[in-house]
Amino acid sequence: MSLLSILDIIIPSMLLTAAPLIFTALGGVFSERSGVVNIGLEGLMAVGAFTAAISTYYLENMGAGAAAPWLSLLIAAVAGCLFSLIHAVVSISFRADQTVSGVALNFLATGVTVFLVKLLFQGAGQTPYIEHRIDKVDIPGLDQIPVIGPMLFSHVAYTSFIAIAMGFLVWYILFKTPFGLRLRSVGEHPAAADTLGINVTKMRYIGVMLSGAFGGTGGAIYLVTIAGNYNATTISGQGFLALAAMVFGKWNPVGALGAGLFFGFAQSLSITSQQIPILDRLPDVYLLIAPYVLTLLVLAGFVGRAEAPKADGVPYIKGQR
Amino acid sequence: MSYAIEMRNIRKEFPGIVANDDVTLQVKEGEIHALFGENGAGKSTLMNVLFGLYQPDAGEIYVKGQKVNISDPNDANRLGIGMVHQHFMLIDNFTVAENIILGSEPTRGMALDMDKAVKIVRDLSDRYGLDVDPLKKVEDITIGMQQRVEILKILYRGSNILIFDEPTAVLTPIEIKELIEIMKRLVKEGKSIILITHKLKEIFEACDRCTVIRLGKVIGTVDISDTNPSKLADMMVGRKVNIPVNDSPYAPKEKVLEIKDLTVLDSRKVPAVRKLDLEVHGGEILGIAGVDGNGQTELIEAIAGLRKVHEGQILLNGEDITRLKTRKIIEAGLGYIPEDRHKHGLVLDFTVGENMVLQTYYKKPFAHAGVLQNKVISKKAKQLIKEFDVRTPGEKTLARSLSGGNQQKVVIAREVDRSPKLLIAAQPTRGLDIGAIEFIHNKLLEEKKKGKAVLLVSFELDEILHLSDRIAVIYEGRIIDIVNPKETNENQLGLLMAGRKEAGRQA
Repeated sequence: MSLLSILDIIIPSMLLTAAPLIFTALGGVFSERSGVVNIGLEGLMAVGAFTAAISTYYLENMGAGAAAPWLSLLIAAVAGCLFSLIHAVVSISFRADQTVSGVALNFLATGVTVFLVKLLFQGAGQTPYIEHRIDKVDIPGLDQIPVIGPMLFSHVAYTSFIAIAMGFLVWYILFKTPFGLRLRSVGEHPAAADTLGINVTKMRYIGVMLSGAFGGTGGAIYLVTIAGNYNATTISGQGFLALAAMVFGKWNPVGALGAGLFFGFAQSLSITSQQIPILDRLPDVYLLIAPYVLTLLVLAGFVGRAEAPKADGVPYIKGQR
Repeated sequence: MSYAIEMRNIRKEFPGIVANDDVTLQVKEGEIHALFGENGAGKSTLMNVLFGLYQPDAGEIYVKGQKVNISDPNDANRLGIGMVHQHFMLIDNFTVAENIILGSEPTRGMALDMDKAVKIVRDLSDRYGLDVDPLKKVEDITIGMQQRVEILKILYRGSNILIFDEPTAVLTPIEIKELIEIMKRLVKEGKSIILITHKLKEIFEACDRCTVIRLGKVIGTVDISDTNPSKLADMMVGRKVNIPVNDSPYAPKEKVLEIKDLTVLDSRKVPAVRKLDLEVHGGEILGIAGVDGNGQTELIEAIAGLRKVHEGQILLNGEDITRLKTRKIIEAGLGYIPEDRHKHGLVLDFTVGENMVLQTYYKKPFAHAGVLQNKVISKKAKQLIKEFDVRTPGEKTLARSLSGGNQQKVVIAREVDRSPKLLIAAQPTRGLDIGAIEFIHNKLLEEKKKGKAVLLVSFELDEILHLSDRIAVIYEGRIIDIVNPKETNENQLGLLMAGRKEAGRQA
């Protein structure tokens, strides 16, 4: 088996598994750049995935067909945004410890979604499988390009390209627009921003709510491209991988994009290993733990805490020295 | 006539304290007006009222004769009032230009127009003679330049009334001179300036008039040309102030500290102290004069065992302490008043009492069989509080809640009480007002009289000249000359501090 054909197998799979991570990690970037630590990404993804599962299901019943999963991405973004408001109110307005609030968000998300699933589906532990997923397709025309066509443009979901484009878009917003400059300023030195008439509370709310919208979308993408239905273990660890991707990417959107692709690659190894020589002889368990081991190595070895926004995790109290 | 700013009968209360009581401040157009008072006199409260951070309980504010209502900093900005904060309000990893435009950014379509921003900053810095590099990150520029960025920030917003809150606290003597020139230039350009300070020298070098505040009340407003430093100091403190001078005879005794061929690396692993030799004797105050960053910090940290010695030897009373741990060095007879009392002098969230036994807590009588003896500690703390006149509600108060002067007294009480043979005092009066300076200088002079060796490091030339028996000038990690304070002056020291030994000798 040639290297090229191995890449033809691994890369489409990597693109697929990376998309939810990229979206969620970008959400984390928004929140933490504004100065609010958000380890509730896991919970936000769960809420997004749950919302996507039920809204796709109901939209299909209403006859939305193939548009159902796409519409549910938007609904999940709104749901994530609303859910993140809990974190915003608790940690910005009431200045609670942001780590604790984030943990609470994760517990709450699992509890509430599973409870609602039971309520909606007569005590079932999971939602019905959706009929219309966002499928892997060959992009007409582009898949015919020699070498990169089969690698990048066949057997891929459009969401992967949206995620990649989003990485660059978020970078542009953060570093090239007044909004981005202000958002970063409240994450670095809120008192300075305050003296220049920037509303610190408002900017931080926006940061957290964007993280909710992106995290919700990330979870929804995971559901409509990979999982297909929702239960308590659907998002097991994806949100934490996204958090790691954000840190590995040094709180930079393009960095988060790259880290998301890297973790996507790590996850795709276990999915595609059966088709790849040498790897197919390795016990499954090694490949399954690969993403997490790689995460540990990467975080321990390559990233320093010094890269974080200076006021990340520090509640802002007006007039305090 | 109408004033640029007039604050009439301002009253501001906080729970349990009247910070401003019937305060009236009138600032003329085109003048530099000093607001002079001790720490805690109510200067900052008054300025925060003017800047919209606090609402006054009573009183009125007029800008150019018009009554105004200032409810937040945005209102102040709109009225042309800008503040250069004491603790710079700059974002370290943003560029100079980004810091200046933040909050009212030039745009092109949806995007920031950084080219335009850089041009605006260049034009402003040319016009007012404020040299900055718009493209550099704030963390990479000097403190002096950071302050110019702060000034440009408010000029960019079109402010005509500039409030400088203790602007010289962090500056070197040369930077202070430059700042005063900048302020004079700004006034020529039609700006009015309020300078909050407790340093007399600046007032006489820079200001036209001065309003003195004490305990929240205005004591008076005077023309600088009609007064003199000692009158003004008495007004501020409310009693006769005697800044002590070193008038006891110079009779050096045995060598207490001996430094031979010392090389110390800074945090970037570059030599900051280079083959330095120095001796300090009992019964003398040796002042180290130098511009910040010439190895002072590394030198004293090496003596205190806080920084590794690369090469050379340090002897305390003849005992080699070069490689000893800090606790052993302290036990060998070192007292250390660190440069930064918040970072290295105190544990801010410990009580005053706990802070007073930071080096002795493990010894009898403060600890017995590994258990702290709180009663003994309290008793000791009460005694020191009385002896050193620390103004605190009690020994159980957190160090954080004390004023800077009283925090420093806690440090000094702790260090001096152990009766160390060598006392290092690094910037002992930084940011303190005249009353506290008087107290601390007296304590240092007492130590000399007791026959102790005092090593004084300060960027304040006045302080060095007043207190030292000998002045060692440090430049690029070496002592380039040792001079007699009675035979030198600020000019000569300035030249030596700039490394110009020959010129210094002739001056």
